[in-house]
Amino acid sequence: MFKKILIANRGEIACRVIRTAKKMGIATVAVYSDADARSPHVELADEAVHIGPAPAAESYLLADKIIAACKATGADAVHPGYGFLSERESFAKALAKEKIAFIGPPPNAIAAMGDKIESKKLALKAGVSVVPGHVGEIDDTEHAVKISGEIGYPVMMKASAGGGGKGMRLAWSEQDVREGFEATKREGLASFGDDRVFIEKFIEQPRHIEIQLIGDQHGSIVYLGERECSIQRRHQKVVEEAPSPFVDPEMRRAMGEQAVALAAAVGYYSAGTVELIVGADKSFYFLEMNTRLQVEHPVTEEITGIDLVEQMIRVAAGEKLPFSQDDIVLNGWAIEARVYAEDPYRGFLPSTGRLVRYDPPEEVDTRLRQAQPERSGDGNQPDPLTLSLSKGEARDDPSPMVIRVDDGVREGLEVSMFYDPMIAKLITWAPTREGAIDAQIGALDRFELAGLGNNVDFLSALMQHPRFRAGAITTNFIAEEYPDGFEGAPASAELKRGLAAIAAFVATAYSDRARLVDGQLNGPLEPPSRWQIRLGDSDHDVALDGDDLTVDGTPLVLEAIYSPGDRAILATIDGEEIVVRIANHRTGFQLTTRGASHFARVLPAHVAPLAKHMIEKVPPDLSKFLLCPMPGLLMQLHVGEGDTVEAGQPLAVVEAMKMENILRAEKAGTVKSVNAVAGDSLAVDAVILEME
Amino acid sequence: MNDIIDRLEAKRAAARMGGGQKRIDAQHAKGKLTARERLAVLLDEGSFEELDMYVEHNCVDFGMETQKIPGDGVVTGSGTINGRLVYVYSQDFTVFGGSLSERHATKICKVMDNAMKVGAPVIGLNDSGGARIQEGVASLGGYAEVFQRNVLASGVIPQLSLIMGPCAGGAVYSPAMTDFIFMVKDSSYMFVTGPDVVKTVTNEVVTQEELGGAVTHTTKSGVADVAFENDIEALLAARDFFDYLPESNRSEVPERPTDDPWDRLEMGLDTLIPDNANQPYDMHEVIRKTLDEGDFFEIQPAHAGNIIVGFGRIEGRTVGVVANQPMVLAGCLDINSSKKAARFVRFCDAFEIPILTFVDVPGFLPGTSQELGGIIKHGAKLLFAYAEATVPKITVITRKAYGGAYDVMASKHLRGDLNYAWPTAEIAVMGAKGAVEIIFRSDAGNAEKIAEKTKEYEDRFANPFVAASKGFIDEVIVPHSTRRRVALGLRKLRNKQLENPWKKHDNIPL
Repeated sequence: MFKKILIANRGEIACRVIRTAKKMGIATVAVYSDADARSPHVELADEAVHIGPAPAAESYLLADKIIAACKATGADAVHPGYGFLSERESFAKALAKEKIAFIGPPPNAIAAMGDKIESKKLALKAGVSVVPGHVGEIDDTEHAVKISGEIGYPVMMKASAGGGGKGMRLAWSEQDVREGFEATKREGLASFGDDRVFIEKFIEQPRHIEIQLIGDQHGSIVYLGERECSIQRRHQKVVEEAPSPFVDPEMRRAMGEQAVALAAAVGYYSAGTVELIVGADKSFYFLEMNTRLQVEHPVTEEITGIDLVEQMIRVAAGEKLPFSQDDIVLNGWAIEARVYAEDPYRGFLPSTGRLVRYDPPEEVDTRLRQAQPERSGDGNQPDPLTLSLSKGEARDDPSPMVIRVDDGVREGLEVSMFYDPMIAKLITWAPTREGAIDAQIGALDRFELAGLGNNVDFLSALMQHPRFRAGAITTNFIAEEYPDGFEGAPASAELKRGLAAIAAFVATAYSDRARLVDGQLNGPLEPPSRWQIRLGDSDHDVALDGDDLTVDGTPLVLEAIYSPGDRAILATIDGEEIVVRIANHRTGFQLTTRGASHFARVLPAHVAPLAKHMIEKVPPDLSKFLLCPMPGLLMQLHVGEGDTVEAGQPLAVVEAMKMENILRAEKAGTVKSVNAVAGDSLAVDAVILEME
Repeated sequence: MNDIIDRLEAKRAAARMGGGQKRIDAQHAKGKLTARERLAVLLDEGSFEELDMYVEHNCVDFGMETQKIPGDGVVTGSGTINGRLVYVYSQDFTVFGGSLSERHATKICKVMDNAMKVGAPVIGLNDSGGARIQEGVASLGGYAEVFQRNVLASGVIPQLSLIMGPCAGGAVYSPAMTDFIFMVKDSSYMFVTGPDVVKTVTNEVVTQEELGGAVTHTTKSGVADVAFENDIEALLAARDFFDYLPESNRSEVPERPTDDPWDRLEMGLDTLIPDNANQPYDMHEVIRKTLDEGDFFEIQPAHAGNIIVGFGRIEGRTVGVVANQPMVLAGCLDINSSKKAARFVRFCDAFEIPILTFVDVPGFLPGTSQELGGIIKHGAKLLFAYAEATVPKITVITRKAYGGAYDVMASKHLRGDLNYAWPTAEIAVMGAKGAVEIIFRSDAGNAEKIAEKTKEYEDRFANPFVAASKGFIDEVIVPHSTRRRVALGLRKLRNKQLENPWKKHDNIPL
């Protein structure tokens, strides 16, 4: 077994790998850029090596620096995590040359799967279904039209080297192909330096389902069931689950066996994932194979009880897999939600900044685990008893549940613009899908994040969405269900009543304490017991009388404890437990729970009748202002005072999260004043310029 | 007897109607509450005890003798806010436009005299068209009587003014001499001369809102402290604000229980100061994470944002917070921020409120506008205020403390009781680059040498140890323990005794 592993990555995945290495008694080395000097992965590792400035191209992507760090620390193996160098054949080869083990697949497998056309050819050869299409070079538009006709419309034209949605064009007819083929080629050349294009059948109502594989260097490859990753936004996965609500055992077996066949064809070992596109008729086709650990690997771990990182390490050290296909049992349901630093209320714009507050839900595991026999660090003989953590689980626990948080941040740190905007992964497990979803809702309510925009509310809204709960999902789910963006999950009348009760309860707690101030004229007064709470545009009269509480005259049973200053309240409303996060405002509270944030205006009952005289202020017209849509750096300002601009004309460029965002004029006009200069670092909603 | 009671009830009913239903409706239509409604929101329910309900004016000119309304345009008396005594007056715009008559002024003076006798704060709700012109000089005399009392009360009892309607001409000088001014947006304004006069005299065209609205005074002029959306919001905020204030300069700061542990650690503060010295951070985070429950009542939040002032509590007792804000003008001191903070420090000192100062100051703002505007005298105000203050003073230097600004910001030399520094503190005459350019002027062309010397200067001064070695810093503390240190310090300083030499009064550079 290895003595010391260097993790050539950062953030949550570095922490994740270090945890398992520690468990196995292996020393760890972290690497870090300037931006990550204070990150948890650096603290968690036994040693840390600085490898350069913040941009990944000058640090985490430099193989030489990683190898130098290995030599400096004496690390005998490298775990690449995901992203960065994880799927670079050259990196795996360079390590091999230095006699440092690469905890991943063999270089040739990385190479074979790295090319979309090559991997398809391999898949065909291995008997794996591929999306009907043309594998091979396409000469010209006429050729493309002919091929498309043979496949049958609709078809998708894709740049061979493309990815992440770039260089893709959908064609519903011959005319679309004629119009789009050359453009797709040009895009491929411009974006990826490769103008090869392939054409394939476009799958309607597609699902993204993938098979997790693990193989050893002795020819054994096992599939660990599937993961469904259909909940995506612009090809970025948001929610993943295992198993898939769509896959039946027969289908799983077919998918798994084909995936294993493909892996075997390239002599694969280590962890890998075969991504499939699945049609409404349960037909499935090979998309690509990821030759690394996936972000969403924890859901597989939770339903199989297998620590994938541990198996990757053991396999890399030459051990045999301690299980065979027959040992794999899928138990319960696991869901992963990715918490991103992006603001769903503002069109999912990236939202970098400081984690002023970061307090994820507490990790929970109420499964009864079998005692795990000790095993020596380098023992080659697998002990069958350690095969599965979840097999033979005790079933007498009434509500076995897991809440797992994989993160690599902590309160006070910056989510910087240099790297992936993922803050944390929230993983839940329960015996049923419904249980795992409900655990997500409860845990998301507990997730405290302040200082930057985040998608916690959006994730909760997804979990509550009837269509998601019914499992009727496709990769178009978010685009179809939130065509106009996100404005918070809808709140039921019942929830609003509960929130009104909580607002009144919290207001009473504050008011009660205010009346404990010293120096009073007649001794402490009674706290007010009647409040008017306005939520949205509806008013609720709440009366508290000892333990009795009524909302609009109807009794409601509220059990809760609240001390002034608490940023959340755990309450039971009519028997149902709910966590509500609370932020104080001058005139009330911002109550955040169940995927939405509600402002509750609070007035003592004797003041409430006067509120009708207050004039509702119309928010100022901001259309004359160009506001900075996200925190970022003002790169360029294209106009000056007095310039006339046309609608759609670029006015300024703001860089955030390595993205250059062009801000355009919404309508024609004249620039009245300019409030910022290039090079300014701007806060969200900072006024860049004002129009006449 | 019964007859008298009936007459009393009738008189009370008449007084409560003020200027009559029509005027009350007009007041409401403007989004404004009546004088009595406002007191009902401000004070504890049922606690208001009215004085002088039946007072009428004594004017016999211009037909005024036939127009008398009980109360004469102002409702006065006392009540409680969260049980603590407060004297109040509330001008009634429905009665003669809230204009100030001799008797109206006498009522206000009576309330102020009572408050002074017993040592309780006065809150004035201003909504007045100005002087009662029919009364002529009698009305002006009334103003002056109020002014005189404002001045004598200053530093003895806290005085808070809420501007909830017009406040123009001489009338502005009463609120101006109180400690704090709250304004209501869109329905209140304050100016010495209104837009019409401005137009006549200077040809300037300006709206009431631009000339003296709540936004103008809380952002540009700094005359008022906080702006609120409407009457109810302003009045409820005044209740919260009142809870921070002692009753008078003879009583201690109020204390109330809190569940927030005095020794709460905030690990996130350890990474607040960015690696890059030129990168700003939000000082509010330090303030909120240090105070009880993160609760901070900021004064003048929209004016001179390069300094933050306001009230909070530590272990349930009021403290005044002054802090440089690196997010605005790098936190430098300038004319406006010096004036803003100086007045706040003097209020705290007058009422025995301990002062907690957070320092990250690169110096004074350079430039002709500052020098010609008199930054020397204005900056001196803050220096003077800190130097004369005898209340407990705890100072935490988070990053830069450069030059004269270091001295000003509650330094050890100005009788700071506990002067702490975070490990990121840099206490020096100026930043390394500037310092080296002066010390090694002859090497200006030699980039290598300059870089080397800059490094040397940074190594020497970009840390708290030089200052600590001289005793200017009492201890270098880890940021996460800031609240614990401050709370402990305040406990120890609770019985601090320090007196300035006897003098008639000082001569602060005005």
